[in-house]
Amino acid sequence: MSALGSAALIAALAAAVYAAAAALIGTRGDRRWVVSARRSIYAMCGLMVVAVAAIEVLFVRSDLSVALVAEHSSSTTPLLYKLTALWGSQAGSLMLWAFVLSIASAAVLYLTRNRHREVVPWATAVLAGVAIFFLGLMVAGTLFPGAESWPFAAASPVPAEGAGLTPLLRHPAMAMHPPMLYSGYVFFTIPFAFAIGALITRRLDASWIRSTRRFALVAWIFLSIGLALGARWSYSELGWGGYWAWDPVENAALIPWLTGTAFLHSIMVQERRGMLRVWNVSLICATFALSLLGTFLVRSGVLQSIHAFGESKVGPPLLALIAVVVIGSTVLIVSRLDSLRTERRLDSLFSREAIFLLNNVLLVGLAAVVAWGTFFPLISEAVTGEASSLAAPWFNRYATPLAILLVLFMGIGPLVAWRRVTLTGIARAIAVPLAATLVAAIALALAVGIAESVTAYLLFCVATFALAAVGQEFWRGTVARRRLVGGSRAAALGSLLTRNRRRYGGYVAHVGLVLALFGVAASSSFQTSRDLRLSPGDQAPVGDFTISYERPTVTIDGGEQKLALGAVLDVSREGRHVTTLSPSREYYSGAVAEPDAPLRSFFEGEATSEVGRTESFSRDLWSAMQPDLSGFDRVIDSRDRRYAEALSGLSGAELADPRVQAVIAQAQGQMVRRLADRYLADPPPAEIRFNVNPFVVWFWLGVIVAVGGALFAIWPTPEGRRRRVSDVYGARLARELGGVRQ
Amino acid sequence: MDRDRKRKIRLGVALAVAVLLAVALVYTSFSAGTEAREPSEVLAAGSSAETYQLTGRVTSYERDGTGLEFDIVDRDGGGEVLRVHYTGVVPDPFREGREVIVTGHLGADGTFMADKDSLITKCPSKFSDQVEDPTNVEFVD
Repeated sequence: MSALGSAALIAALAAAVYAAAAALIGTRGDRRWVVSARRSIYAMCGLMVVAVAAIEVLFVRSDLSVALVAEHSSSTTPLLYKLTALWGSQAGSLMLWAFVLSIASAAVLYLTRNRHREVVPWATAVLAGVAIFFLGLMVAGTLFPGAESWPFAAASPVPAEGAGLTPLLRHPAMAMHPPMLYSGYVFFTIPFAFAIGALITRRLDASWIRSTRRFALVAWIFLSIGLALGARWSYSELGWGGYWAWDPVENAALIPWLTGTAFLHSIMVQERRGMLRVWNVSLICATFALSLLGTFLVRSGVLQSIHAFGESKVGPPLLALIAVVVIGSTVLIVSRLDSLRTERRLDSLFSREAIFLLNNVLLVGLAAVVAWGTFFPLISEAVTGEASSLAAPWFNRYATPLAILLVLFMGIGPLVAWRRVTLTGIARAIAVPLAATLVAAIALALAVGIAESVTAYLLFCVATFALAAVGQEFWRGTVARRRLVGGSRAAALGSLLTRNRRRYGGYVAHVGLVLALFGVAASSSFQTSRDLRLSPGDQAPVGDFTISYERPTVTIDGGEQKLALGAVLDVSREGRHVTTLSPSREYYSGAVAEPDAPLRSFFEGEATSEVGRTESFSRDLWSAMQPDLSGFDRVIDSRDRRYAEALSGLSGAELADPRVQAVIAQAQGQMVRRLADRYLADPPPAEIRFNVNPFVVWFWLGVIVAVGGALFAIWPTPEGRRRRVSDVYGARLARELGGVRQ
Repeated sequence: MDRDRKRKIRLGVALAVAVLLAVALVYTSFSAGTEAREPSEVLAAGSSAETYQLTGRVTSYERDGTGLEFDIVDRDGGGEVLRVHYTGVVPDPFREGREVIVTGHLGADGTFMADKDSLITKCPSKFSDQVEDPTNVEFVD
């Protein structure tokens, strides 16, 4: 299996090299080379499927002769985490990149096989080039074993048991988070490759955008899901109570998300009005470079982070690729400035394209702020010689006003027509949303008050405005459609949506983001958080709630070598029971198992917080606990010592006897059980963090709505296909008549 | 006023606003940034109200009440021992030998007074070069 996977990876590299060469020859005009290059990319995709299947089979079989399996999985690892352990490693991450890239490349080349005869060969060459880079890094790992980039490297010596996956990562959200983020990064390669092709061939109309915009949206969807899963994991598994900490690695994924979002908007201006051409090609090149930077940051250890991964050998080559992308695309764009210029100008500051431009400025501005803050340790070290870092309040100071303005523009955008609006036109469009906002503003001021959090109040107001504006668009569209074709309201709405998937999908995405930002503003501004130290039977008030520590709990999982010490908390309000929470702290002995100290192994290993919480539409009751085990230290040490003494009497031959081993394993199990019994009989006090997070659930729901809207927008429709054909036909006709300047 | 002139003014205003915002960004970041220091550097500078981001390796720790007291040394394991007083959430992977980052200032009694909830424990990586460390487990993004 290992040999099959190795062969497939090396063959995939060969296919990529051939595809790049054939595509470059094909740029001279011989179609046969281009077709051959495309088929070679299909072959690469098939080979990558084989390679990934091979490594997954090795993981499922727990074949410990493969170093990657031995170091990131074990025979006791649950199946789901055996399958996802691949991307816990560096070599596996590279493989994932190349795998997703090969699928996306094959898909886009299939879809464009009869179009863009000039651009496609160059785009194929760029895609193959990026694939060569990642496959080459892996294959180079066979020459430099220290680089740890070859996924099929043999383990030596072959261990008796694998190290298993880090307990912190044994969470479904975390299992899916890396492939989502990577897919997001990788899919931005597609529009990038076509932009480069369009620049080289000077075919700078909107056709490269039409063919790749769906891939940009797919990238956006993956990146959004990846970011949300990371946040969800942080909220469920890291016992601090939040979902976003402006950590460098989180920021690294947010920055391309912001520029990618800007790109999705600005390309509409080019498609519609032929403007912003320089901006669009610059934006996609920047987004691709930032995606590579995101991959690099996670793997480099350049910035101090909760995710400090240590230094990686793939950092320098990745940085070199980023430099090539940035310098190459800058030179290319500058050399094509004459073709990129358009005669069209902004007619008015009150037009849809102007709003798109402003929204782009805000998004890119926010990306620049986050990038500045993320790299500030490096910047300040270069300037002052002392590395200093910026904390969450600094980021919030900029992100909050920019987010409020973005939501405001989400409301204004749909109300403003292309080219220019008349004063009466805008007055008619804005009346209802403005009235709704005023009502909400007064109601909120009376109910909650403004003073507690001015920024949250402002966000609630602009959110109302944006939701009302989008709602009005749906309403007006439905009414107009019904007047046109008749029928019921629901049918009119349905046909309105399916005829304009991109537009209404976009509006739904806006609704989702507004809801998500509402959740962020409410939960961050109106959170109640208390740290308590409680013993069983104790109770303490937190806000309106009373928390009482009912009883301790213990779970022992022999398979995962996990000991979970928990607490059952009763939450009541004014004497009435509200909910029961069961937070716990999970201790694992697997990775550290010290042969002489079976009990200590649990507490020296990686511990995780299992959050106890109840979610509802209005608030989450969230709790994390950590038992104070300092009183157990003496017991643990003395029992471990007795165990070690008993074991020291045995000879090597006796220790190797399977029957003796079974007795030892049983003794270890008994020790853990007795410790657990002691925890139940004489429970120590626990540190408990209890949070009331209002409306935080809207953050997750908002992301789901936004992703749903984006999915709705990319779904192909027969009408869409027909319209696209007529667009192409129209453009050709216009060219033939010589009436339109390209 | 002709269109070209109007456009130029518009561009000028936009650029001026952008430059102003950029200056504000640079200024606030340099004044808000907390410098990263190691224990020996903090001890050498002496007690002050200045806030630092302290990075070091934990040598021992004890909990009392809701607080945590721990000793830390420079990341390479050398230098003098600095005692840290901390309250708030203790991250899961916190223990002896781990690299931690904590924000606070050096008090008059020579104890580093850490801000609440500022403790970050770095997750050790598969890719670091201390492969002989058996506690060294992998961590993905």
